[in-house]
Amino acid sequence: MSLKEKYKQLIDAATDSGMNVREQDNVLYINGEATNGATKDNLWNIYGQIDPDFRASDVVMDVNVNDTMAGTKVKVNTDKSNLNIRKGPGTDQPIVGKAAKDEMVTLISKSNDQWWLVRTDAGEEGYAYAEYLS
Amino acid sequence: MPLILFFSLFIISCGPKDADIKASVDKAIQVDNGMAGITSSVTDGVVTLSGECDSEASKAKCTDLAKSVKGVKSVINNCTVQMPVQVSPDDRLRQNLTDATKDHPGVTASVSDGVVTLTGNISRANLAKLMKSVNDLQPKKVQNQLTIK
Repeated sequence: MSLKEKYKQLIDAATDSGMNVREQDNVLYINGEATNGATKDNLWNIYGQIDPDFRASDVVMDVNVNDTMAGTKVKVNTDKSNLNIRKGPGTDQPIVGKAAKDEMVTLISKSNDQWWLVRTDAGEEGYAYAEYLS
Repeated sequence: MPLILFFSLFIISCGPKDADIKASVDKAIQVDNGMAGITSSVTDGVVTLSGECDSEASKAKCTDLAKSVKGVKSVINNCTVQMPVQVSPDDRLRQNLTDATKDHPGVTASVSDGVVTLTGNISRANLAKLMKSVNDLQPKKVQNQLTIK
């Protein structure tokens, strides 16, 4: 079965959401900017229904959620632990502060897709892993 | 009767010609991988190209190659340009994977030529989360060899 047939449902949903879908060397690449987190979650749910263990190594889906602007408040959504705030963008960087689960912090800028510069209400400023901010 | 003869001659003289042109055009444009996804159609010597090229240069080259075929009057190039997929360099992938796997202690990630291989153990609850953050790093491929618990 071709990738286009196997992932038809995913391709249709991704295309409807304005994603760029293409096939190269037997890998399906889906990428683009989603206007909200629900769009990204929906695509990953569909992907998970087709390949529940994500084992086939034939999809790379890089969806960037673009609903947070610099200057707005974002919520810390760690499982239970505090979120480290670091001096620079990387886990090798020293920790300069912490934000509690569910705490609201101010997004100053997006250094890249993985690391955002944030400031807590207590005035601590540094880089936090974007996956834990929403 | 002369009219029928005229038309049948017309069909005989034009039909195979377009088909011949198409065959020659197809042969001419199949010169490199950047043009592998292109198809042609020919009507009265006018060639229409469609499909995907991997650069503006290969699109222009396609037009030139088709024009150079004998019998071609003009070329309509409807190809879209698709840039090759962006893959992060290995050192950047390694750096970012350290961050992405930090909160998944049972997981080891290795990188070779853009291909990320995940080994170790992970809970099913955390699998999608890890896959999302690894996919976001622009790898060429993700090989999930994790044991899911």
